[in-house]
Amino acid sequence: MIRNRLAGLGPPIVVGVAGLGLWEGVVWGFGIRKFLLPKPSSIIARLSENWPILRHAGWETGRIALSGLVVGIVAGIVLALVTTRFRTLNEGLTPLAVAVNATPIVALAPIFNAWFGITGTLSNQAVVVAIVFFPVFINTARGLTEVHPDELELMRSYASSEWTILREVRIPNAMPFFANALRVVAPLSVIAAIVAEYFGGPQDRIGNVITSNAGFAKYDVAWAAIAMASVIGLVLFAVALVVERVSMPWRFAGDEEITEELERERQT
Amino acid sequence: MSGYVESEAAVVIDGVDKVFNAGSLDEVTALSGIDLTIGAGEFVSLIGPSGCGKSTLLRLIGDLLTPSTGKVTVFGKPAHGARLDQDYGMVFQHAGLFDWRRVAANIELPLELRGWSRADRAARSAEMLDLVKLPDFGGHYPRQLSGGMQQRVSIARALSFQPKLLLMDEPFGALDEMTREHMQLELLRIWRETGTTVVFVTHSIPESTFLSSRVVVLSPRPGRINSIVDVDLGERTDDTREDPAFFAKATEVREALRADEVGA
Repeated sequence: MIRNRLAGLGPPIVVGVAGLGLWEGVVWGFGIRKFLLPKPSSIIARLSENWPILRHAGWETGRIALSGLVVGIVAGIVLALVTTRFRTLNEGLTPLAVAVNATPIVALAPIFNAWFGITGTLSNQAVVVAIVFFPVFINTARGLTEVHPDELELMRSYASSEWTILREVRIPNAMPFFANALRVVAPLSVIAAIVAEYFGGPQDRIGNVITSNAGFAKYDVAWAAIAMASVIGLVLFAVALVVERVSMPWRFAGDEEITEELERERQT
Repeated sequence: MSGYVESEAAVVIDGVDKVFNAGSLDEVTALSGIDLTIGAGEFVSLIGPSGCGKSTLLRLIGDLLTPSTGKVTVFGKPAHGARLDQDYGMVFQHAGLFDWRRVAANIELPLELRGWSRADRAARSAEMLDLVKLPDFGGHYPRQLSGGMQQRVSIARALSFQPKLLLMDEPFGALDEMTREHMQLELLRIWRETGTTVVFVTHSIPESTFLSSRVVVLSPRPGRINSIVDVDLGERTDDTREDPAFFAKATEVREALRADEVGA
């Protein structure tokens, strides 16, 4: 099984390496100026030259993204549970949340700076929380409420309390919905953190490294910082996938379906 | 056990009407003037066209709905009390197994809710898996099973706490014909082995005739009991399906259903 999974990694690695090679070749062959598009080799060189700065920036931005992610997720789950319990609240809040989710929340970043201060990380974290919260809340609330009516009738036939129904049916039913939200918001949290950093906050973060180096025409360094940000996004996405796998073993059990015919043959 | 106890009524429906959305523009009378007594150990089918209220009637017995007038008594107590005491098991058209529980854990759910110990639950679910002839599938997840097998697990779950009454709402409606006939024989075997009372909702004439000791024929909106056909075909086998006596009974049920179209 592990061998199969490793084999699955082969094609993307080949395509990725070939893509980098093509990029390098095109920039070199057409003589594209380095401020327009630097070669992958020079980006890698800048990455290692500026490693201490970039590592620090990546760590700080990663912390902002992760803390905002965790707070946004917890807040989304808690509010979803509360609205499921109180129907009128759900009917009032959910359309509102869908509407807010459709508005560009990053646009609030400069305003959050005024609210939470421009020198600390709080305003950047607030942007991440605001971005993460809505998809988590909306999806989890849907999963908690969109239960097959037969399943609710079954639980009522067992004379189950609302609490038991929540524990045995609604929460497990919401897990795949939550996992989908998690896949979306994990990389989104990094984007939110970097965009928020463009508008202020301490200067030793990925967002500021990108803007300041681009400002001095050191585009290859800016690209190195972007590469760093991609790695953070990928790591968080991978964590989301691991959480999904560990929390929902039933979704990843073998796919073979035992058909009625096969099973009847087996009996005779 | 004395013969009198065996002949005790499992379900008594007395003058029941069911009106949905009473008083509003979309008021619908689903059932009207229903009187029906189902004896303990009987296998009774409720048949009628779509919208005749047969599923509503089943839910009234299970106290998943409450009658607008009249009363429903299950094993001598009001339906509500019978539900709280979990006196019946329920099987739906949609098997309704929980994806996140393995097959054995699905069967054990009602036992878990009753606070049975782990060992007792495991013993009972193994016994139930044998009963529905799926002894090797306790460790599978429901989505790894075919529709017919899922429905058998659903029956095992409904019977796990040995209820004296089994309510079934078109349980084989979503299965292919071959599987359906196989499941009908399995259900009759289980019914004989457990001695439970079965109330079975279907819209299939052959199915109701093949399975039941009595077929209750309902007319459409408002649902009323049109007639009750007694079916005495002895022990059913696959040969019963080709027996002239079976065809005669199926015809009787069909005519009872049609009688109502002519009247309408």
